[in-house]
Amino acid sequence: MASLNSGVPKGELKDKWTQYKDSIDLVNPANKRNIDVIVVGTGLAGGSASATLAELGYNVKAFCYQDSPRRAHSIAAQGGINAAKNYQGDGDSTYRLFYDTVKGGDYRSREANVYRLAEVSTNIIDQCVAQGVPFARDYGGLLDNRSFGGVLVSRTFYAKGQTGQQLLLGAYSAMNRQIARGKIQMHNRHEMLDVVVVDGKARGIIARNLITGEIEKHSAHAVVIASGGYGNVYFLSTNAMGSNTTAAWKIHKKGAYFANPCYTQIHPTCIPRSGEYQSKLTLMSESLRNDGRIWVPKNMEDVKALRAGTLKATEISEENRDYYLERRYPAFGNLVPRDVASRAAKERCDEGYGVNKTGEAVYLDFSSAITRYGKEQVLLQGEDANDNNLIKKMGQEIIKSKYGNLFQMYEKIVDENPYEMPMMIYPAVHYTMGGIWVDYNLMTTVPGLYAIGEANFSDHGSNRLGASALMQGLADGYFVLPYTIGDYLSDDIRTGPISTETPEFIKAEEDVKNTLSQLLGNTGTHTVDYYHKRLGKIMWDKCGMARTEPGLKEAIKEIKELREDFWKNVKVPGELNELNKELEKAGRVADFLELGELFAKDALTRNESCGGHFREEYATKEGEAKRDDKNFNFVSAWEYKGEPSDAKLHKEKLEFDNIEVKERSYK
Amino acid sequence: MNLTLEIWRQKSNSEKGALETYPISEVSEDMSFLEMLDVLNEELIEKGIDPVAFDHDCREGICGMCSLYINGEAHGPDRRVTTCQLHMRKFKDGDTIFIEPFRANAFPVVKDLVVDRSAFDRIQQAGGFVSVNTSGNTQDANTIPIPKDDADTAFDAATCIGCGACVASCKNSSAMLFVSAKVSQFSLLPQGKVEAKERVINMVNKMDEEGFGNCTNTGACEVECPKGISLDNISRMNREFITANVKK
Repeated sequence: MASLNSGVPKGELKDKWTQYKDSIDLVNPANKRNIDVIVVGTGLAGGSASATLAELGYNVKAFCYQDSPRRAHSIAAQGGINAAKNYQGDGDSTYRLFYDTVKGGDYRSREANVYRLAEVSTNIIDQCVAQGVPFARDYGGLLDNRSFGGVLVSRTFYAKGQTGQQLLLGAYSAMNRQIARGKIQMHNRHEMLDVVVVDGKARGIIARNLITGEIEKHSAHAVVIASGGYGNVYFLSTNAMGSNTTAAWKIHKKGAYFANPCYTQIHPTCIPRSGEYQSKLTLMSESLRNDGRIWVPKNMEDVKALRAGTLKATEISEENRDYYLERRYPAFGNLVPRDVASRAAKERCDEGYGVNKTGEAVYLDFSSAITRYGKEQVLLQGEDANDNNLIKKMGQEIIKSKYGNLFQMYEKIVDENPYEMPMMIYPAVHYTMGGIWVDYNLMTTVPGLYAIGEANFSDHGSNRLGASALMQGLADGYFVLPYTIGDYLSDDIRTGPISTETPEFIKAEEDVKNTLSQLLGNTGTHTVDYYHKRLGKIMWDKCGMARTEPGLKEAIKEIKELREDFWKNVKVPGELNELNKELEKAGRVADFLELGELFAKDALTRNESCGGHFREEYATKEGEAKRDDKNFNFVSAWEYKGEPSDAKLHKEKLEFDNIEVKERSYK
Repeated sequence: MNLTLEIWRQKSNSEKGALETYPISEVSEDMSFLEMLDVLNEELIEKGIDPVAFDHDCREGICGMCSLYINGEAHGPDRRVTTCQLHMRKFKDGDTIFIEPFRANAFPVVKDLVVDRSAFDRIQQAGGFVSVNTSGNTQDANTIPIPKDDADTAFDAATCIGCGACVASCKNSSAMLFVSAKVSQFSLLPQGKVEAKERVINMVNKMDEEGFGNCTNTGACEVECPKGISLDNISRMNREFITANVKK
């Protein structure tokens, strides 16, 4: 087993990546033709890595569970992508993007990786424009930027509210070019169910063809995991229904350490649940908090009347509203960071002030902004300044021009007009900062096994800033991995093709088949979703926005019991050799049931609050997160030892030589 | 509300399919259409009946994975939404709802409501890209200014989610709207113009080869398109195609 060495090159922070690239071993083009690389997942990270590796000359075998690589969940990202281009001339720089990202991550990320990310960010924009990605432009024909939370510059590039879609289609088009040339062998509707390690090196995977059900063996000289995050451990999240941890968890079980599983981002502005049948949650862009004010009623009678439907939000007078973010955080008000806004909403709802029938919703109210914009417009256009109806109408037009598509999406889902009634929102699981531990090369603790994008842990510390996920996925796939993997593969030029008929492959294949037969042969009584929903409830209640020692201990016990019950009583219909969506789900939930326990264990051992990880015991008097840099300035990397409770903790100490470590305050 | 569902069941591509009737009760109007099917599937599993297979993933209208032909319309009765964004409030208590897969020769049924849309991928592989390496050694992104109108129109075309509603809605099963959206996006941008000629010829040839039908300008595709991709794109592609052939 490899030791926990981050492998960060020596030298000045700003020179590390350049010097590293100059000193690594390369594989010559003729030899690349004899080397195979498997990439699992085709989102921004996996798609960009597949395309680039194929262009370099490697033979790529790419896998995705969807019917096309274009459907990976990166496609749903709305806001934008950061890059330190400084096109606005507002003082942006590589260092400033690095600084904002480390600080935003609450000083729990690795300096050298973040600096490299900031450094290559500008290349991403050049690359995407060259590929024909239609970013937003100004009237002069140049690229437009906007600002996002937690920063003081405008460095976010965007394509309306569909930036993720446009970037993913860019990567997909680059893949298509290589698929046509035969350099990428694309395996759609395939799910990776294990990694195969031969002589200590990752040499292939076992995958299930989701159409025929056939279990297949695929070999390669290196394996790249780009399978995204594990937010669906909560059942309800903004992730796609199929997003899962299986690829990441399987490699963990074969030796890859899992880092900081408890770091989860809970996004404050999502459309609330409407009932028990709910399958997923929908995000409303963070940008809405620029003009929306968040409140709940001050009085419990009003809450009851709202839930009974005898009172409307608009009938509650100003003095009976509690604008709790403005009250608690006068300096930042409604624009506090995501983690703070989410916890504050939960606090009000836990106290019983939730405004919908489930008790889990707060108002996001645009009426002040509508009036403000309306008055401005009336003045500008020389209309009657006392005509309240006109003011409202003109104000609504401005709001529509800024957020029209979001308002329409809200109305479709909730069936209420948000121009007239305040929106109802509630926090939802959105992104996981934790993931597979990787070194500076993005290699896991298993040689030849890599993890990129959201699947790894590296760049966002304990809280991710908006518009940084797209940046990281593409940086890893287009510009980092293609270099670092060459250094490893330079030792493999004489290896020749990897056989899939070795004992290691045959055993892994047998294990996968046995697990699937066990699931199908179970004569249980409960559906897969029954277990997934229960797991989600434990995770949300006890490992959610606020965690406590007793709660986490209960969670560990309950998840273990649930897992045991799952294996005894789950009911999976259908056959192995057919399209069987329940079997797919069952395998994923089985892995979530293990990951969930490790998650709770990680949260229990981290006796501090940082970013998305909030332990109630470690808070200031005012209820704010309290970091403990003396004792917890490290990455928790867990080694698999059987049951999640036996996992062994390895620590990677974090050094900050180029940034002053400070406390965050938003009062 | 209580509903009767008439759902296309087909074990596999090689077997014949038929509509089966399933009553479902206590459907909330706040449910999405797919959540209603989730509830049905839970009931079917508990009764020991094979659940209905259907494609879906993001459930927020952007991945393009969900399909379904509902009461004779791709993505159902609402406009500018995918099936995952369709809500049960669009139906009434007592309704009978017919649910079928997208039907086209080029989209063979895999199982129940799941179809194979890989023909779309193959059309994209024939030319839906700009031939630039992803090394990052390109010129600065602001070197070539692009008129805002062109950039915006290219973006509008690029928002196609590749769901196939256009094909399913067309009486000829034509893929013209899908193909023209990609051709338009690139033909409007300087980066894409370089290979515009080869691209349009290769993509159109591939489209024909895959068995999609011809366009007779009925406009059904535009009406049913969840992203509102405009027929203008088809006109633009026709111009590109004719020009490319004349210049050959």
